Amino acid sequence: MNKKKLVQLENVSFQYPLETGFALRNVSFDIYEGEWLALVGHNGSGKSTLAKLLNGLQFPQEGTIKVNGMLLSEETVWETRKKIGMVFQNPDNQFVGTTVQDDVAFGLENNGIDREEMVERVKYSLEKVKMAQFLDQEPHHLSGGQKQRVAIAGVIALRPSIIILDEATSMLDPRGREEVLETVRELKENHHMTVISITHDLEEAVKADRIIVMNKGELYREGSPEDIFQMDEELVQLGLDIPFPVKMSKLLKEQGVSLSRHFLSEEELVEELWTSHYKK
Amino acid sequence: MDISLQKVEYRYQANTPFERLAIIDVSIDIPSGTFLAIIGHTGSGKSTVLQHLNALLKPTAGKVVIGDKEVTADKKQKNLKDIRQKVGIVFQFPEHQLFEETVEKDICFGPMNFGVSMEEAQRRAKVAIKQVGLSEEILSKSPFDLSGGQMRRVAIAGVLAMEPDVIVLDEPTAGLDPRGRKEIMDMFHALHKERELSTVLVTHSMEDASKYADHIVIMQKGEVYKKGTPEEIFSSPEGLMQLGLDVPEVVRFQKKIEETFHIKFSQTCLTAELLTEEIALLLKGGEQK
Repeated sequence: MNKKKLVQLENVSFQYPLETGFALRNVSFDIYEGEWLALVGHNGSGKSTLAKLLNGLQFPQEGTIKVNGMLLSEETVWETRKKIGMVFQNPDNQFVGTTVQDDVAFGLENNGIDREEMVERVKYSLEKVKMAQFLDQEPHHLSGGQKQRVAIAGVIALRPSIIILDEATSMLDPRGREEVLETVRELKENHHMTVISITHDLEEAVKADRIIVMNKGELYREGSPEDIFQMDEELVQLGLDIPFPVKMSKLLKEQGVSLSRHFLSEEELVEELWTSHYKK
Repeated sequence: MDISLQKVEYRYQANTPFERLAIIDVSIDIPSGTFLAIIGHTGSGKSTVLQHLNALLKPTAGKVVIGDKEVTADKKQKNLKDIRQKVGIVFQFPEHQLFEETVEKDICFGPMNFGVSMEEAQRRAKVAIKQVGLSEEILSKSPFDLSGGQMRRVAIAGVLAMEPDVIVLDEPTAGLDPRGRKEIMDMFHALHKERELSTVLVTHSMEDASKYADHIVIMQKGEVYKKGTPEEIFSSPEGLMQLGLDVPEVVRFQKKIEETFHIKFSQTCLTAELLTEEIALLLKGGEQK
């Protein structure tokens, strides 16, 4: 793979003030342009800290982070943030506007986007997350899931080259979550964006290009979804879970049903069961 | 304590231009000792139903019976305090409600508000903290020095210390990792048994509903779409899927197998283990059931 390295982390360590342990220890990895990277790990494994470092909300005590070849520091942070759009886990932490549309427009205004274009982008992104009928509502009166949609619209409107989703769909119901993720996937393709998604949702992680597993502040493993989900019980030990098709593959094998591998999708598993076992 | 909703309707901001019908004709029985799951999309009316369970909302039509008390639109309510004490609600992200200097004070706050003596409240705090799987030493700590998962457990202990008969959980596992999710749900299941509680779980998770609940109510656009045991609910998953509601992964998988193989299993399997057995049997026999 000769993909362009968009973000490079080298030996990054970070400790919060007044804490004894390290939140991140000696973490190194690259993020490639145009990929969907899923960051998974138990609560407290350092995923959200990583997100904060990537956006320059905190700076590592040791090691370096480069975005597009530029060292991330107090001096370059504003330049970097133009490239990175972040959606936090709790949208209440990032609302500034008094109405939904003002809120989405806020970031655009800050970036000096023309009014005409701004109006269009606000409309477009709120339609994309199915919140267009809430334009003049107060963000604080929305439900948890609706707030998350608005927060995501705010970032979509900015069209950053990198989007960081920090459990940004945790309060949506399954269908809502799939809709919002599909929107982000579409944007990623159309605008050649890079997506870093911090998530507990395995169905989402399965669809990522690459997965990084964090454990106790350290990078535990990186690989394709295929690789990562062959870890089986090891994932459970790490406080994570195994996707259902993999679980099913395993159980079937234990029951003496031979399978060529552990499948990541239900369709593939059903297909294999049908073609190789059911003769009629 | 039995709870029963009888043809309950609720309109937000009734008799104003902003009036909005949230739920209509909702009838749900929750006999003492039931583990009930309420499922539905965002905006389906689950949270509105939830707030009727301890009279935080009064129906605009119909009747809510909580123990020996009746809550109706036209009746002025007295003694809601009793209801609130007996029906404990664990709201979404309950850790946001912690505020005291120590965990012990935080847990004692609720019971003492209802007139329990300090000694008794402290005794209950000791019991409750263990029931949520934390050690007694944590009682003297500040709740804000704890991890997110611990804070959530402390908040839950605060509800348990009221010694409710009914516990209502609104998305209790939101934001937790898979292990944390399982631990919290197993804990509620154990409490349900040990304390002989009625438990009402409001959730997006069909997995949790099918695993823990005796009964499931599915809400759709403010109405009860379906109710029954998990087996009854998931024996015909097509309707649910058409509504865009999830069904448990295992049910979805069984359906895929059935469609591909053009067969029908004799039962709806709610665990992966059970389904595996059925599939193994099917493949070995190679014949239709």
